Amino acid sequence: MSGEDLGAIWLTLKLATVVTLLLLLFCTPLAWWLARTRSAWKAPVGALVAMPLILPPTVIGFYLLLFMGPQGPLGQLSDWLGIGLLPFTFSGLVIASMVYSLPFVVQPLQTAFEQIGQRPLEVAATLRASPWDSFRHVVLPLARPGFFTASVLGFAHTVGEFGVVLMIGGSIPGQTKVISVQIYDHVEAMQYGNAHLLSAVLLAFSFVVLLLLHRYRKGHLHV
Amino acid sequence: MRFRLVATIAALLISSPARAEQLLVAVAANFAEPMREIAAQFERDSGHAVRLAFGATGKLYAQISNGAPYDVLLAADEITAEKLVEQQLALADTRFTYATGRLVLWSAQPARVDSAGKVLAEGDFRRLAIASPAAAPYGAAAMDVLEALGLQHLSERLVRGESITHAYQFVASGNAELGFVARSQVYRDGRWLSGSGWEVPAELHRPLHQQAVQLSRSRDNPAASALLDYLRQPQIRALIASYGYGVSP
Repeated sequence: MSGEDLGAIWLTLKLATVVTLLLLLFCTPLAWWLARTRSAWKAPVGALVAMPLILPPTVIGFYLLLFMGPQGPLGQLSDWLGIGLLPFTFSGLVIASMVYSLPFVVQPLQTAFEQIGQRPLEVAATLRASPWDSFRHVVLPLARPGFFTASVLGFAHTVGEFGVVLMIGGSIPGQTKVISVQIYDHVEAMQYGNAHLLSAVLLAFSFVVLLLLHRYRKGHLHV
Repeated sequence: MRFRLVATIAALLISSPARAEQLLVAVAANFAEPMREIAAQFERDSGHAVRLAFGATGKLYAQISNGAPYDVLLAADEITAEKLVEQQLALADTRFTYATGRLVLWSAQPARVDSAGKVLAEGDFRRLAIASPAAAPYGAAAMDVLEALGLQHLSERLVRGESITHAYQFVASGNAELGFVARSQVYRDGRWLSGSGWEVPAELHRPLHQQAVQLSRSRDNPAASALLDYLRQPQIRALIASYGYGVSP
């Protein structure tokens, strides 16, 4: 396996980790709100969150390219902030992957929060727990399986991401050339041997990680 | 009554002109536009029905070697047709260059690129888009140009699209200020469609011969050879040239 292959693997792991952590931070309040609110905005926001499931990834990538480009609103904002344009950068990939993997993190969390119901929170409140207290000591432990599923899905979905990165990444080794793009390049260049090897590594790695996580889940979570 | 209806339909099916064949043509993405026009004319002139499937040449190759039901391939390079012939998936004596690609350095901004391409050496840009050199002939040709001009150091600013179409999107959307694209994407009837560009001299890069070949599985389909002959007609070559391709005299 070449240095560029290894670089692509490392970059993919870095991207998936950063994206999963940021999504957990961003999606926990969002999912909490979606699970609790009686607002009329609940349905439209919920539908909006699911949108990345509808569009083909390359189409999402194409619109992100326009959105982040010099004529796009995000592009003008990032340019004005002095960051420059986001396509072809690692930060750009992070933002794009967050859009793409959003429903895979929000939805398990929302379901987990909904399943907790009112009751444990009411009990906590009668025991004079502040809202923050009850969130930390009641909701978070009860929603652990949801967090687990959300992390696994968010991570796996980002590792397997292809179309979006292809559209906005520009295949820069070490910066935006993730493993799926590297495999695709091998296929396109008809280097099928390298492609098979890298695909096998990706599959084996993902299988082992998922296996270990499920073991862990069985041992530590009572679900 | 019912028997009559069936008989009528059967008669209609049988009596449809024996010479009208179905043709499925795999076309390299960069040739999509001219080929749509050519196919429409060919259908009118020959009575054969043509369906077109577009894709990157590498993908079309993978499909053909796994049994895709194409009759003719219009590839973006020479090597794919050659490989298919070697593997006996295509007929050797049908292979010919139907168009020669021309590389241009292009920007979506007017007056950004001068007619001698000095903007490259001056270096006043952040990103230079090219097609993937490993997969796309236009990408490999772009690397030839950088090398010929002694500008290899620009490789840090390269962003690679998976195909020439993709490289064009990077430039057209303004995300890359400059890019090496196919002249056929930005040029029509002797002028730039938009933006500004430099026509890269052909001697700075490997030739971009795009070859067509008839696939072995449609050996007996007269429409396939008719289409290949049609591509050699003077009026069709003029049409191909109007899209910015070179055609051999």
